[in-house]
Amino acid sequence: MKLAICAGPATTGKTAVLRHIIRKLKDSGQRVAFLKIDVQYAEEDEQFAREFGIPTRKVYSGELCPDHCNVMVLGDAMQWARKAGSDVLLVETAGLCLRCSPYVDGGLGMIVLEATSGMNLPLKVGPMLSLADIAVVTKIDRVSQAEREVFRARIQDVAPGVRIREVNALYGIGIDPLVDHIRATPDAEESMLLRGNPPVGTCTICVGKKEIGWQSHFGVVRALDNQTFYRGE
Amino acid sequence: MIDTITILNGHGRSGEADAVPRLDLKMGDVVSIVGPTGSGKTTFINDIELFADANTPTGRRILINGERPPTEYRDDPARNPIALITQHTTFLSDLPVNEFLHTHARIRITNLVERETAIERTLSFANQLTGEPIALESRMTELSGGQTRALLIADATIICNTPIVLLDEVENAGIHRTRALELLRQYRKIFIFVTHDPRIALLSDYRIVMQRGRITQVLHTDAEERKMATVVSHLDDVLSNLRDKIRFGERVTSVELEGLA
Ligand SMILES: Nc1nc2c(ncn2[C@@H]2O[C@H](COP(=O)(O)OP(=O)(O)OP(=O)(O)O)[C@@H](O)[C@H]2O)c(=O)[nH]1
Ligand SMILES: Nc1ncnc2c1ncn2[C@@H]1O[C@H](COP(=O)(O)OP(=O)(O)O)[C@@H](O)[C@H]1O
Ligand SMILES: [Mg+2]
Ligand SMILES: [Mg+2]
Ligand SMILES: [Zn+2]
Ligand SMILES: [Zn+2]
Repeated sequence: MKLAICAGPATTGKTAVLRHIIRKLKDSGQRVAFLKIDVQYAEEDEQFAREFGIPTRKVYSGELCPDHCNVMVLGDAMQWARKAGSDVLLVETAGLCLRCSPYVDGGLGMIVLEATSGMNLPLKVGPMLSLADIAVVTKIDRVSQAEREVFRARIQDVAPGVRIREVNALYGIGIDPLVDHIRATPDAEESMLLRGNPPVGTCTICVGKKEIGWQSHFGVVRALDNQTFYRGE
Repeated sequence: MIDTITILNGHGRSGEADAVPRLDLKMGDVVSIVGPTGSGKTTFINDIELFADANTPTGRRILINGERPPTEYRDDPARNPIALITQHTTFLSDLPVNEFLHTHARIRITNLVERETAIERTLSFANQLTGEPIALESRMTELSGGQTRALLIADATIICNTPIVLLDEVENAGIHRTRALELLRQYRKIFIFVTHDPRIALLSDYRIVMQRGRITQVLHTDAEERKMATVVSHLDDVLSNLRDKIRFGERVTSVELEGLA
């Protein structure tokens, strides 16, 4: 069974892209399962179950970082999808953490960005972009070609190794190459590893100590003029 | 080297096939796409720009030099032979004009010196088409509709400098059309104009007529139309001259209309 994880900021078009991918995979006789990971609210699982009659699940990460949640549940999800006889498991995740990578080694990692967002977006999404295999740029129908090319350059500046695929997810234009990438992904192994290094995360605030100022905390602390950004590998 | 673009086997909104199953556009051709609003003109040039492969709502397929375009066209913008000037008259990009042009020139032009001259020429080309000049420091989002369009035309012609240029209704953006046509005609390319402007249509080698998403006719500009093109151009110049005078607070007199008969 193959695994593809699709991450990206809110409303960039992840579901719209996946909808076309699922349709094309299904048309070519592939059995697809779908998992949505979100923080608060999601209904993609119900939509896709209704539209395609495929097995779907969702999980809310709640207080957990959605990317860590992904790592926690992915083992179970793979088992569930295998049992359902799936050829491909597609995961849509909000990827809101921006410090962690939502991708795993052994699966395809796709970030969905919208051409209509500011030109600085690629600089702001950290390992979600730099550790992806493919950056899918949606809403190309809403901007001029010149802007599209500049947006592409901004992505390449941050992530020179990531392949960029531009799509119009309303009409499904440009989806075929994404389906080809999924088909070309090797089957996922039984045991997989999170891609990249997780940032050192837990601080004393996470466990309920609410005092303001780093002096009141211990372990991982940060002063205002000691700025180190986590940017992934 | 690009010699031809071929458009194959499309259909309209109701599924009825294009009246011309195969259309070959040759290097140096100036072509107009005409038809009422909503007839599929923009969709037609989008098909070309996307190298449609029966994967757009029209079912059309595009060939370059008789073959499927290589995937490098998609993967490397520097090798994309098509520049599309869309109907957009606003930018969503929050960059200053200077940074935008530099970023774009960086991916289209490898030679550093050529890149700098291209940026200067782009700005001066654009500023010949607008009333108010564009400043390099202004943000893209602050530009007016006319300035945006002028910058896009200049950017496509000089920075992209591609053998194929697609222009979507360049006439209605408050830019200096006569000047735009003059400047564009200095380049040998395949030009495809989506247009409602009789002057542009009659100056074209032929026009593709669209209705309900479908190509209904291809009309080659005949001898009489060619003759008329000169008069229509003159008429158009007189009108735009009048427009400019009024715009800059001058009085106009009937002398302006002389020779129109
Ligand atoms: N014009 C245009 N609209 C698009 C495109 N892709 C997505 N949209 C629209 O963008 C909106 C959000 O798309 P979704 O697919 O729901 O986005 P998402 O990333 O799944 O959003 P969340 O899961 O809520 O974070 C919808 O209204 C889509 O129709 C595109 O390529 N062009
Ligand atoms: N051949 C076609 N098949 C299906 N839909 C089409 C076709 N051609 C155009 N359309 C749709 O018709 C609408 C208007 O087309 P558009 O190209 O914007 O027209 P125009 O540029 O002539 O005003 C668009 O929503 C477009 O997607
Ligand atoms: Mg979604
Ligand atoms: Mg149009
Ligand atoms: Zn995290
Ligand atoms: Zn914490």
